Amino acid sequence: MSHHDDDLHGLLAEYETPSALVAACKKVRDAGYAKWDTFTPFPIHGIEKAMGIRMTGLPWIVLAAALVGLASAVGLQWWTNAVDYKFISSGKPMWSIPANVPVYFELTVLFSAFAALFGMLILNNLPQPSHPLDHLQAFGRVTDDRFFLYIEKGDAKFDLAETQRLLDGTHPVTVDAVNEDRRTSDQLPKPLVLTAAVIAVLALVPFAFIAKARATKTDKPKIHAMGDMDWQIKFQAQQPNPLFQDGMAMRAPEPGTVALDEHPDDEHLTAGKVDGQFVRTFPAGFKVDEATMARGKERYQIFCAPCHGVSGNGDGPVAQRAMTLAEGTWVPPTALGQDYLRQMAVGQLYDVVTNGVRNMPAYGSQIAVDDRWAVVLYLRALQKAKAAPVGDLTDAERAALK
Amino acid sequence: MAMAQSPFDAPPQGENAFARITHNVARVAEVPKPPRGWYIAFGIALTLLSIFGVSIGWLMWTGIGIFGNMNPVFWAMPIVNFVFWVGIGHAGTLISAILYLLRQNWRTAINRFAEAMTIFAVICAGIFPGLHVGRPWLPYWMFPLPNQMSMWPQFRSPLEWDVFAVGTYFTVSTLFWYMGMIPDFGTFRDRSTTRLRKAIFGLLAMGWRGSSRQWHRYERAYLILAALATPLVLSVHSVVSFDFATAQLPGWHATIFPPYFVAGAIFGGFAMVVTLAVPARQFFGLKRIITVGHLELMAKIILATGMMVGYAYSMEFFIAWYGGNDYEMFTFFNRALGPYAWSYWAMIFCNVVSPQVFWSKKMRTNPWVILGVGVLVNIGMWFERFVIVITSLSRDFLPSSWGYYKPTFWDFSLLAGSFGLFFTLFLLFCRYLPMVAMAEVKAFHPSAHGHGDEHH
Repeated sequence: MSHHDDDLHGLLAEYETPSALVAACKKVRDAGYAKWDTFTPFPIHGIEKAMGIRMTGLPWIVLAAALVGLASAVGLQWWTNAVDYKFISSGKPMWSIPANVPVYFELTVLFSAFAALFGMLILNNLPQPSHPLDHLQAFGRVTDDRFFLYIEKGDAKFDLAETQRLLDGTHPVTVDAVNEDRRTSDQLPKPLVLTAAVIAVLALVPFAFIAKARATKTDKPKIHAMGDMDWQIKFQAQQPNPLFQDGMAMRAPEPGTVALDEHPDDEHLTAGKVDGQFVRTFPAGFKVDEATMARGKERYQIFCAPCHGVSGNGDGPVAQRAMTLAEGTWVPPTALGQDYLRQMAVGQLYDVVTNGVRNMPAYGSQIAVDDRWAVVLYLRALQKAKAAPVGDLTDAERAALK
Repeated sequence: MAMAQSPFDAPPQGENAFARITHNVARVAEVPKPPRGWYIAFGIALTLLSIFGVSIGWLMWTGIGIFGNMNPVFWAMPIVNFVFWVGIGHAGTLISAILYLLRQNWRTAINRFAEAMTIFAVICAGIFPGLHVGRPWLPYWMFPLPNQMSMWPQFRSPLEWDVFAVGTYFTVSTLFWYMGMIPDFGTFRDRSTTRLRKAIFGLLAMGWRGSSRQWHRYERAYLILAALATPLVLSVHSVVSFDFATAQLPGWHATIFPPYFVAGAIFGGFAMVVTLAVPARQFFGLKRIITVGHLELMAKIILATGMMVGYAYSMEFFIAWYGGNDYEMFTFFNRALGPYAWSYWAMIFCNVVSPQVFWSKKMRTNPWVILGVGVLVNIGMWFERFVIVITSLSRDFLPSSWGYYKPTFWDFSLLAGSFGLFFTLFLLFCRYLPMVAMAEVKAFHPSAHGHGDEHH
């Protein structure tokens, strides 16, 4: 064994059998060495005790990861389904434990598994690209069929002659001096760095496209990935159809067809007219009560208030917005409290709701017959409220207004 | 049969038992040319894989109208294939994790490629729900990703549980598989004769040198992963069975489903393991490592789990009668005697009758009989999922909506194609990666006991 002392890294003993190695371990352990290790092709049962290796802390790392996984699963499901995007599913509560248990379990296992593998690698100081032992030809058999014991020069008890004697006494095949690794570059291999850089850049490309799509506008039509789903061989509404005499795909009902809630004979109810004159009374059977008034108010606030305003002053949000834009084409909605409207027959008000007037569109297709009458009733109530004399109020109400 | 001049027929080399194990396993990946049987199998697998590619392409191009799915059978072969492939995977985890915890040391001969089988089967499984959703470029909607629609997945749906269960299963199986291979990658690295092999396996081994301090943490991590994978594998097929069991359809709405699905998955998975192991040991000369004794143990597991699924089949009928629900009773009569009776009896023959040959020791020690039963059981387990999905859906509560589902050409081409993907991946694995866990096999060799000879 010829070497410069400076170059020495440690002493390596080689054994043929696991039992020889375990016996050697006990001697090295008892001699009080600390910076030493054994290298074997497979885990050897009982060697931890022979080497004095203490139990690893890995299980605690895994337990911590398991708890983080569980907490993530609880948080994820609670935030997504109970807070940020509430789902009503099968009449279950918005937040219930049992239906969320499978995902708790899965994420707990997932996080734990990552912690087990990566915790093991980190605790083992892997990846470890090079080691002084790599340059020994004989050490190549460590992953095949040979067993090695290595004592580092850095150990406080290391003494070349003394340590050599100790190892010789353990019946090794050979004992070799291992030199410091001065050959292996401490830089990562260039091709490896280059490959990693190229992959890292390429991995950003999809995100760049997504960012571009999110940040810009396009007037191109959307991509139809499956044409068969978007353009089906069928006739759609408003399309021509040569199969019918009138050339239209949509079919009109047979003449004389009456839908279930239609009353074609009751002109008073459906048109608000009798003998061509607008009626001044509500239809027969129309109940004026709290429920009808509430229904009328609800429909009014859905369909009328956007333009006419909640109080009927013609100042709904649509009107306000149009006035702000001041484009000059806007016909303001009528204020509903005006005298001529208060005098107007209920039949005519019903007709306006049904068929529209001037700029106002027809609502007959959206509001059912009974609901249109309820809206007229509520309108009358609004008008009465606007023109109510002070004498109609109670003392308490007058006091509240002051 | 491998040819006489094949290197795989040569006697094992090496001066001791450990070296012989290394040589036997490593040479499979190191010889310049694999045996001719590998090329034939790979050619068939690639052909099927291209059929898979064409089928998926045509599906993307034209839409899921190419499937035979119809009213009322909206879930059809894609779901049958999904459950079939997920089930196949389960034996791999059972062998690598559960048998590890039970200290069944014979598992070391087969666990590596059973784990590979798991991963490839789960890849095949994962493709089908993606195709089945109709717009195969949107399955990422199943993941909880923030998006411009401000929507989140519905976590109270078993289909969403599936995403997490199968996703976790695939990830954990891959981690487990990779970790198991790290020491063997080290062996490949140290035996490599070319710079390229040394670089690739050096990277994969991450500098593993077999330090005992590292082995200690490694074994602890392995034990933890096994302990995690064990409940995981039981949960995955339970969650898959929830897809059916939480629905109210007769024939699906059954509490027996989770254990019945898990037993069936292990049954089908072991059948796939023997289907792969018998030819692999033949082609690659691994008969001394994967012995007839190993095959016999697997045959016994197939026999046991086969009787468990047989019990589940009969218990379903019993409960249908005992529960006194007319719809339930009708569904089971319909299974055995209705328009799909052929599939029901094919399932019974393959899954319940065929494994019974393993009562005979002569049969369960004959690799070719085991292979035959393995193939039959694979067919039977596919039919089991077909029976569950199709018979229940095709005749539900309203006779006016009944129908008869007929798969189309594309349904079958996708099924055949998924086998192409599976076998392509598997054959590549056999050729390039350590097919047997060398370090584990060595650790359980009789001469591996560190303090053995001190006492004798």
